[in-house]
Amino acid sequence: MPPILSIKDLRKAYDGGFEALKGVSLDINEGEIIALLGPNGAGKTTLISTICGITRPTSGSVTVAGHDILTDYRQARSLIGLVPQDIALEPFERVINTVRFSRGLFGKGRKDTVVEDILRRLSLWDKRDNQIRELSGGMKRRVLIAKALAHEPRVLFLDEPTAGVDVELRKDMWDIVDQLRADGVTTILTTHYIEEAEAIADRVGVISGGEILLVEDKDSLMARMGKKQLDVQLTAQLDEVPESLAAYDVSLGDDGWTLVYSYDTRAERTGITKLLSDVSAAGLQLRDVVTRQSSLEDIFVSLVQKDREGTS
Amino acid sequence: MNWSAISSIYVFELARFFRTIAQSLVSPVLSTSLYFVVFGAAIGSRIEEVDGVSYGAFIVPGLIMLTVMTQSISNASFGIYFPKFIGTIYELLSAPINFLEIVMGYVGAAATKALFIGIIILITSFFFVEIQIAHPVAMVLFLVLTCVSFALFGFIIGIWAGSFEQLQLVPLLIVTPLVFLGGSFYSISMLPPVWQTISMFNPVVYLISGFRWAFFGLSDVPVATSLFAIAGFTALCLGAVWWIFKTGWRIRQ
Ligand SMILES: Nc1ncnc2c1ncn2[C@@H]1O[C@H](COP(=O)(O)OP(=O)(O)O)[C@@H](O)[C@H]1O
Ligand SMILES: [Mg+2]
Repeated sequence: MPPILSIKDLRKAYDGGFEALKGVSLDINEGEIIALLGPNGAGKTTLISTICGITRPTSGSVTVAGHDILTDYRQARSLIGLVPQDIALEPFERVINTVRFSRGLFGKGRKDTVVEDILRRLSLWDKRDNQIRELSGGMKRRVLIAKALAHEPRVLFLDEPTAGVDVELRKDMWDIVDQLRADGVTTILTTHYIEEAEAIADRVGVISGGEILLVEDKDSLMARMGKKQLDVQLTAQLDEVPESLAAYDVSLGDDGWTLVYSYDTRAERTGITKLLSDVSAAGLQLRDVVTRQSSLEDIFVSLVQKDREGTS
Repeated sequence: MNWSAISSIYVFELARFFRTIAQSLVSPVLSTSLYFVVFGAAIGSRIEEVDGVSYGAFIVPGLIMLTVMTQSISNASFGIYFPKFIGTIYELLSAPINFLEIVMGYVGAAATKALFIGIIILITSFFFVEIQIAHPVAMVLFLVLTCVSFALFGFIIGIWAGSFEQLQLVPLLIVTPLVFLGGSFYSISMLPPVWQTISMFNPVVYLISGFRWAFFGLSDVPVATSLFAIAGFTALCLGAVWWIFKTGWRIRQ
């Protein structure tokens, strides 16, 4: 199946010459959820804005389901929904009217059942006659999503949907993305929260300094980094690993005050329970137990650092 | 043509107008009534007649034009500046529409509002003076063309403006003087010859003259010249708007 979104060597230099995208290429398959992970200023918003028609590309090409975003912009854009990073809504307008407006703007005839369905799924139906200014921040973000979905797009861009929202709302947002997945909407979201990419994406792309540094299936990425460490801090210092624990992948740390156990979080069983019971069987007393994980964050930091060293 | 988009914008913009219909109408109707009192009653009692038309009636076309021009500009400039200001313009830029459709929606709505207010003022003036309209079709044509061309002009100002101050600047510094000096309250022939010549460089003179002709059959300049002037102004604004969207000036980097 050809990719639904195909970005080829996309460059964007802003007026003044700053190059915010330095040749981005990326293919995105229909139905997948991809997270673009990158620090502030990486070019995430610029990438989305360029694809959606808010800024013009300097060079390169983008096609949506085979439609070029410049020469065939009507078809291309009617397939795309965009939820911008910053909340931008008409304060005095009513919720349902702004959603109807978006649908009409994208060339779709009025269809109240579709609008109702979208509003219900985003828990906005009860607020449909409210003015936007009466809504909370989280609700406004939902209205933005409702507007983006109003014309039933096949590709949805979510630009930092959970930046600055509280934990509960973030979970809500993840649920919404799960629903989109079930509906087969291809979703591209940007974030600088690594947990977010881990929690909802099928694939993760790391972007920094206007370049995509890595794109990989989240699962294989996680497998690479799925190693976790368990630090068993002891009340007494050890000279060596006790005989009875030799079968485990255990080493001494912290001058013998800690037993360090490495395990695979994705394995059937981690062996932690057995290890701990063997530890106490060996007569050792536990002071504390700590787990540590090499996460997306570690990879991410090292990638971004390497990139910075490479360019400076 | 994405007619659905055009009508969506149009309806959305008009809804904004009707939400605040009282404010939208009170101010122009009140100020027009004041003009009638000040110019019509106070000054009019001394001027009596201009070219056989009572002074009160004579200023009606000018008053309507004055209001319609300023309303068209402020409606249209605000209409497109506001989405820029609050950020909702992202949606317009990402929608499957072209510049003509955006313009038709916004300018159409702004012109409609101005037309609506112009008609209200015409109705108001019936309470103050007695007027007949000699050429009703031409009257409507001039009115509509003026609404559309000034709304186009306002649209350009709205795109250009980077702040609310700038939004007011052009209407205040250029449009208001041109309109006041454009013969709203007097006939150009009442001016000294030098000022008559200078007035000929004021495009508003042609519009008011043509509009007044539609009422009373008398004009400062030939009607054809007036029509030509307003058509030219419309074409100029359209060209500018086309260029704006082609280059993305001030809207799409
Ligand atoms: N309109 C603009 N003009 C000039 N530079 C810009 C503009 N918008 C963004 N930039 C610059 O481009 C870079 C990428 O910005 P952005 O795409 O917003 O990053 P992100 O969304 O990843 O935080 C930043 O260095 C930013 O300063
Ligand atoms: Mg951003």
